Amino acid sequence: MDTMPQHLPTQASAVRVRRSRQVADRALKVTCILFTVLGVIVLGWILVMLLIEGTRGLSPIIFTQTTPGPGTEGGGIANALVGSLILTVLGIAVATPIGVLAGTYLAEYGKGSKLANVIRFVNDVLLAAPSILIGLFVYTLMVQPMGSYSGWAGGVALAIIAIPVIVRTTEDMLSLVPGSLREAGVALGAPLSTVITSITWRAARAGMVTGVLLATARIAGETAPLLFTALNNNFWFKPSLMGGVSNLPVMIYQFALAPYQNWRELAWAGALIITLSILALSVVARLILKKDKAR
Amino acid sequence: MSVLSDRIAISNMQNVRRSSQPVFDRIFQWSSFGSALLVLIVLAGIIGSMIHGGMPAFREFGFGFVTSSAWDVGRDQYGAWVAIVGTLTSALIALVIGVPLSIGIAIFLTQLCPAWLKRPVATTIELLAAVPSIIYGMWGLFVFAPLFAKFVQIPVSSLVEGLPFFGTVLYARVPSGVGVLTAGIILAIMIIPFIASITRDILDQIPTMLRESAYGIGCTTWEVVRHVLLPQAGVSIIGAIMLGLGRALGETMAVTFVIGNANRLSLSLFDPGSTIASRIANEFNEAAGLQLNALLALGCILFLVTFTVLVLARLLIARVKAK
Repeated sequence: MDTMPQHLPTQASAVRVRRSRQVADRALKVTCILFTVLGVIVLGWILVMLLIEGTRGLSPIIFTQTTPGPGTEGGGIANALVGSLILTVLGIAVATPIGVLAGTYLAEYGKGSKLANVIRFVNDVLLAAPSILIGLFVYTLMVQPMGSYSGWAGGVALAIIAIPVIVRTTEDMLSLVPGSLREAGVALGAPLSTVITSITWRAARAGMVTGVLLATARIAGETAPLLFTALNNNFWFKPSLMGGVSNLPVMIYQFALAPYQNWRELAWAGALIITLSILALSVVARLILKKDKAR
Repeated sequence: MSVLSDRIAISNMQNVRRSSQPVFDRIFQWSSFGSALLVLIVLAGIIGSMIHGGMPAFREFGFGFVTSSAWDVGRDQYGAWVAIVGTLTSALIALVIGVPLSIGIAIFLTQLCPAWLKRPVATTIELLAAVPSIIYGMWGLFVFAPLFAKFVQIPVSSLVEGLPFFGTVLYARVPSGVGVLTAGIILAIMIIPFIASITRDILDQIPTMLRESAYGIGCTTWEVVRHVLLPQAGVSIIGAIMLGLGRALGETMAVTFVIGNANRLSLSLFDPGSTIASRIANEFNEAAGLQLNALLALGCILFLVTFTVLVLARLLIARVKAK
């Protein structure tokens, strides 16, 4: 701020400086526009690529058949689709109550305390922690002791990724609720838990739902944490979810790098389905928040 | 959301039956406290499991584990150096490319963009963050890498051949398109939405009055950005960059697709390499014995590095704020 005046033109040098100022200004504008166009192009490029390659493998059959074995013709991705759905729902079902309650603690009970600050910091670290490490952690926590890969381990790994997202959005949304609302509740004689559940949570509901949806979008496409927990295979999983559960992301990873033509096509079809669902989820989450803000 | 409505129902009921109120109140408070503690426990668990699992490897090779570039499953010799170098190099490339692009996008969105275009462009950039990393991997390997080989690696290699420094750093022995530089570029694309959207939020928070008074005394957009916005937002932008760095260091799937997965220390950015995350992803399921411990030890190092980056970001912000 205080360096500003020295760069401003003085009367004498105004003409000489003006051109360099104009050039710098125009350079900035052109660069910024160029960079933004580049960013938009990349997203467009990825989507177009997915649509072209993905629709080639897309047919009604792939929703009813299981993933084919090596060298087998045809096949579908039904088991991977259902498996992914189960793992994601499992992860969100575990993460939502924990994340919402922890976020509530940070925003309502703990607020300025040292412990809350530590937890907030740790949550930020977890938010940015490499997801493959969470896979390793759950492997040593569940897969090794249980002696088998399982959908449960996959669900827990996804939950650990979703929790920090939900904690963060819940806390942010709750701290947006004006204190006077809480005070009004307390003044009526309501205990703190009632104030939180029926006043603060209600006021922040749209934001909290958005947080859960964004967390769902985040974990639905996660591959790395599932590699060593849910694994993946080419048949229907057991109802107990033990011994590996097929899922879209890992299936895409394995099939895309395989030398079989039908595997690759299925990988592209899976990639198209998963990306479109995640983008749709993100857009819906945004719309909910926007609608709430407009209210 | 049924949990929520249940809670509301319960609490409504308790308005009638006052006697049970303190009990629910206490249960609610303790369960929220417990959930918050769980966040701490998970982090401790991750650190603990990495250290515990990696210990045999650290004990076997000592500090040499970090500096050794051996990775020989047959002779059971393991070292982390190649993976560490690959991780740092690819993340650094991602920052060099990604940071200017992100800040440019943020400036466009906050200063230059006409109002009607703001929302669609911002949403598009944010949607880039929602695309799963495996999709970036497929795009990188099947679309970007062939183009990169044809239009960058081959011409650049023939151009710099024989030159000192550039002849080694930018020379592709096998111009396949995959390699450390490709991984860095893909990582850059992946971290742009994060850095850009945080930077945009920061720039948006700067009081309009500051900006307008600068324009009022005749500043150009460049001067407003350079002398008003960036000094105001600088420290927070460093925080955003650190966040991007953390993501780049730990990104697994996209890198595994495009880095080539070679355990070779090469001076050329066009040559295949590997990162800590890509090595774990590639080998963990087939690993046993000491190799498994070595991979967990790699995970431990990765965790320490990302953790340090995040803590540094925090300290940096705290120190500049105190000034």
